Amino acid sequence: MEYLDLIFQETYKILFLLVPVLVSVAMIVWLDRRVWAFVQKRQGPNVVGPFGLLQSLADALKYIFKEIIIPASSNKIIFILAPIITMTLALIAWAVIPFGVDQVLADINVGILYIFAVSSLGVYGIIMGGWASNSKYPFLGSIRSAAQMVSYEVSIGIIIINVLLCVGSLNLSDIVLAQKDMWFVIPLFPMFVIFFISALAETNRPPFDLPEAEAELVAGYQTEYSGMMYAMFWLGEYANILLMCALGSILFLGGWLSPIEVYPFNLIPGALWLIFKILFLFILFALVKAIVPRYRYDQLMRLGWKIFLPLSLTYVVLTASYLFYFNLLPIN
Amino acid sequence: MIAHAIFFYVFSIIAVVSAVMVTVSKNTVHSVFFLILDFISISCLFIMIGAEFLGMIMLIVYVGAVAVLFLFVVMMLNVTQQKNQWFISKENSNHIPIGLLISVIIFFELIIVIGGWKYKPELFDQGNLSIVNDVSNTHSLGMVLYTDYIHIFQISGMILLIAMIGAIVLTFRQREGVKKQSYLKQISRERAEGVEVVEVASNRGVKIDD
Repeated sequence: MEYLDLIFQETYKILFLLVPVLVSVAMIVWLDRRVWAFVQKRQGPNVVGPFGLLQSLADALKYIFKEIIIPASSNKIIFILAPIITMTLALIAWAVIPFGVDQVLADINVGILYIFAVSSLGVYGIIMGGWASNSKYPFLGSIRSAAQMVSYEVSIGIIIINVLLCVGSLNLSDIVLAQKDMWFVIPLFPMFVIFFISALAETNRPPFDLPEAEAELVAGYQTEYSGMMYAMFWLGEYANILLMCALGSILFLGGWLSPIEVYPFNLIPGALWLIFKILFLFILFALVKAIVPRYRYDQLMRLGWKIFLPLSLTYVVLTASYLFYFNLLPIN
Repeated sequence: MIAHAIFFYVFSIIAVVSAVMVTVSKNTVHSVFFLILDFISISCLFIMIGAEFLGMIMLIVYVGAVAVLFLFVVMMLNVTQQKNQWFISKENSNHIPIGLLISVIIFFELIIVIGGWKYKPELFDQGNLSIVNDVSNTHSLGMVLYTDYIHIFQISGMILLIAMIGAIVLTFRQREGVKKQSYLKQISRERAEGVEVVEVASNRGVKIDD
């Protein structure tokens, strides 16, 4: 009976987290298209519902009623598993994101490592989808994406080490609380820029969307997918983008903390601040998509391994020496 | 406690079954996927005994990096699928004795280590290993790694670095006739040397060298 109670409570909590995330993923797709359109002096989706807000809902309905085509020569089990894995991994990482003091589903000690691990697992959805399709373009796309995600993970990991040096804990709530006096974006600004660019590469966003470069690879690993399975890849991708924005705002922009602790700002709940910051980062993502041309593959690899990795490693040394010299190391 | 036991058995059964499937499955790519499943369930077991740091590092390093490279290589190799199962085929049976020998050796090594640790704890130097329960996993691991075992830790890092450099040296080959982009050259180009106005004589043409 106790277990049942516990399970019901946890399910309730999980639903309370997952449903808003899924709805906001749908909304964020609309926002992405609108921002993209406005930069190019177009209107974007503006027909379905007020301001076209229900466009994603209409798209989802369309996807649901489309036929799911499974290629005859594909590896069927893995072909079906791939979008499920992408979607699941994009959603389970939200379990550790704190929306306020104690407003977190799982307050684990190694929260940042958990997010890092889950996002590094995300590459499997793409590799499996590309391989199981048993076709040229998906396979090439998935191989590109695997190399890209593995390389940029390294620099993201080292950037996270920078932040952890200033915090002294792997818990996400502790990371936010350590920024009470100053957000890490100020002392670690170069790292914030590199994190932002690496996050673009990690989530296969333009200008690093080489896995699905339509001019070369049709649609990359998604070529053979249709209907709801394609939509799941798509949802997973956007949930991952949102997650990266959330991670960026927790690591650098002070998570749920308000920018200034004075009267009118105090009234706004922390969760709203976090949402504002996620939206701010997401609009930056969307703007980058609209204004920057796609990278060439060797330039992408050069940027990751020859520029970002040495830069972030140097910054680790700098941060560590600074903290050590001025005796600011957070020893608890 | 029952839930804990149930989860333990579920994860360990998945781990053992997928470990068997790694060797048994006919498709090489499937074997790698089973290997990944094995890694994941073992990291779940790590987390269940409270070693959350080890579990996460296991996920990040083995599943997130090593297995991706494995998968990469196996997919590229395009290994032809074996028609016969390994334990029936005659022509592939000459490696079985060697495999058995190695597994017996590993089995006895494990027995010696675990048995010694269980029944002769004084053989193992645990004097300076103080396990503190009130600090987090990561903290206590760092306390041990960076104090008592700092030299061993550094040496293992050095060995890994040498291995990395060795791998790069072994696979690196200078190819002839490859046109490379030099970013410095491209950026430092001036208009004067980039554009040239050529007076073309009629019926002669010009020769443009590369």
